[in-house]
Amino acid sequence: MTTEIALLVFIVVGGTFGEMCVTRAMKIIGEVRDFTPRGLLRTGRRAFRIWWMWLGFVLMALSYFSLLGMLAREDVSFVIPVTSLGYVVGAVGGKWFLGEDVSYHRWVGVALVCFGVYLIYAGKS
Amino acid sequence: MAAASHLRLKTYTLISLLVVFGPFGDLLMGKGMRGIGVPTSISLVETAHYVSLVLASGLVWWGTLCMIGFFICYISVLSWADYSYVQPATALTYGVVALLGKYILGEKISLLHWMGILVVCVGVGFISYTSPATAERPFSPPPLGEGPLR
Repeated sequence: MTTEIALLVFIVVGGTFGEMCVTRAMKIIGEVRDFTPRGLLRTGRRAFRIWWMWLGFVLMALSYFSLLGMLAREDVSFVIPVTSLGYVVGAVGGKWFLGEDVSYHRWVGVALVCFGVYLIYAGKS
Repeated sequence: MAAASHLRLKTYTLISLLVVFGPFGDLLMGKGMRGIGVPTSISLVETAHYVSLVLASGLVWWGTLCMIGFFICYISVLSWADYSYVQPATALTYGVVALLGKYILGEKISLLHWMGILVVCVGVGFISYTSPATAERPFSPPPLGEGPLR
């Protein structure tokens, strides 16, 4: 049971925090305006010189492997709805870690998305 | 006002692209890999043969391109839009996956599943009511030259 809880924490918190680290790296770089292959390569080169980007990728990889480990232990109909808690963690992290203004409408939206994901997987199982 | 609508337009455009690229990438990769099957042994010759089959699969290549497109759209939109705006909006991929499953793979989608997709869409509608970018940039900009940033 302890392993399952640790895996879930890695999936939900680790994965979401990894994406927030990537977001932070992209915010440091600034708005992407050049979508030509050369411009995208230049953006990629700059992004990977920021340690938030590397930290984000490591956390996202750990989250992915934790997901695989969790799916080997529990039913997908249990795992995926639980991972939708990542939307709540994302809203909290967006506010506290990235300094975003998470308004009432956004919270309602996040709650509805979580409930919708639960219904989708309830409808599958 | 024009800047705000331009911000919304480019954010919606990239979110639309990524909710299409992601599921299409999954579908094409899945179809391609299922067509190839699993390697029968882990010998060097067999592995080399398996890798050559994967590399020769057009579906796998198209799937990989879609995944690259998804990744580019995702990190690009995060360079200006809020994470708490983009992340829940990507849940629209559930709707695209269901449509692909129904119309391309011929899967049966239950009423509860459709209701879930509807609730997700309403949730994303609430989120889209807010401004896509609210964070005052708290992070220092990078130097223009080469060299380590942070």
